[in-house]
Amino acid sequence: MALSSEDSGTRLASAAMVPRIGRILRRHRDAPGVWTVEIGETDPGVVPCAAGQFNMLTAFGIGEVPISLSGDPRDGTRLIHTVRAVGAVSRALAKLPQGAPIGIRGPFGTGWPMHAARGHDVLLLAGGLGLAPLRPVIYQLLAERPRYGRIMLLYGTRSPAEVLFMHQLEAWRRHLELDIEITVDHAGAGWHGHVGVVTTLIGRMGLDPVHTLAFVCGPEVMMRFAAAALEAAGLPDTSIHLSLERNMKCAVGVCGHCQLGAAFICRDGPILPYARLRPALAIREL
Amino acid sequence: MESLERVLMEQPFFTPLDSAHRAALTRYAEPAQFPPGAYLLHENAPEDRFYLLQQGRLALQVHVPGCGARRVQTLQPGEIVGLSWLIRPYRSSYDAQAFEPIRAIAFDAARLRALCGADHDFGYELMQCFMPVLLQRLQAARLQLLDVYGTLL
Repeated sequence: MALSSEDSGTRLASAAMVPRIGRILRRHRDAPGVWTVEIGETDPGVVPCAAGQFNMLTAFGIGEVPISLSGDPRDGTRLIHTVRAVGAVSRALAKLPQGAPIGIRGPFGTGWPMHAARGHDVLLLAGGLGLAPLRPVIYQLLAERPRYGRIMLLYGTRSPAEVLFMHQLEAWRRHLELDIEITVDHAGAGWHGHVGVVTTLIGRMGLDPVHTLAFVCGPEVMMRFAAAALEAAGLPDTSIHLSLERNMKCAVGVCGHCQLGAAFICRDGPILPYARLRPALAIREL
Repeated sequence: MESLERVLMEQPFFTPLDSAHRAALTRYAEPAQFPPGAYLLHENAPEDRFYLLQQGRLALQVHVPGCGARRVQTLQPGEIVGLSWLIRPYRSSYDAQAFEPIRAIAFDAARLRALCGADHDFGYELMQCFMPVLLQRLQAARLQLLDVYGTLL
């Protein structure tokens, strides 16, 4: 018997609700309270995840949370996710030892617009843990370096001790064609990088606004200020892309928990152009 | 002095000043250089000079007992060092310490204040230069106060 399109959609959604079982290959601490876990899957193998997409990760018996990919999207051997241990689920995920089972649903959502960025300068603007969902972009940009113009990363975080992936950032800055500026909110005299909010770095970059795409990820309030600063620097709102976080539960656009205006962030996002987000972000009740 | 005037003409910071007022400003300006570690301003000391950075970076710092110097902001070429000369009691709020070799233009703040009082057109245009910086730093400080990287993401 042929399935109606409604039945077919329901079945697809149901399949997407069943987690696959992976195993923790490795985990390491990146900053106070921030852990990166590497996950292997044997059946059916690692499901590719694009830069900007997320998986729903389950700590069995506790719950599941949406976590963006933070590893190389071309790596077919493992999934890498970076988690801040702040709630019951994320704390449990961060503590999973090597070999422990972990549930995975996904990948879900839209990725960063990598194809649209070809031939353009790319400005990555990250705040705090927001660097993790942008790291896959860096891997991809560097792997396809000739396709892009100037690549810039502006990264702001709370203190020097909380800079994520520091060794990798230093290596990228030393050896590759990547402009990296790191700023912290507070620092002692031993820190010789920038001190101040990340938005103050935008005006110092000498952007070519017509040929630049900006990818922004961080706390929502920081992204609002960043988008305003990017517009002040001349970028049109269609060239600014934000990664949003909302209360994602089903991840397939059914439950409505993550709805923001007309968009379901899990399905239509998490990456959306500022031109589309601007009206909704201005409504405090959403 | 001609080259200094040309340098000032090219600085976006002084865009609100018309050419006559820029020429007047030049009379109170002189080149300055500082090695790494030097202090351009001292917290709570009379602020009789302010600077426009041309090369090198410095840090605005507050001394915290038991913790030493805490950096609250870094400044780089094109930015102004010293805003407290604008308002009483004309004392610096922070230490400004170079951590790279600094090349700057130093301005005689006391004489410029007097000129602002005597020539209100000049004073108004000079305030037009400084107000965006004041607003930008206020907004940045408020954003820092929110501590957005703490637990919100």
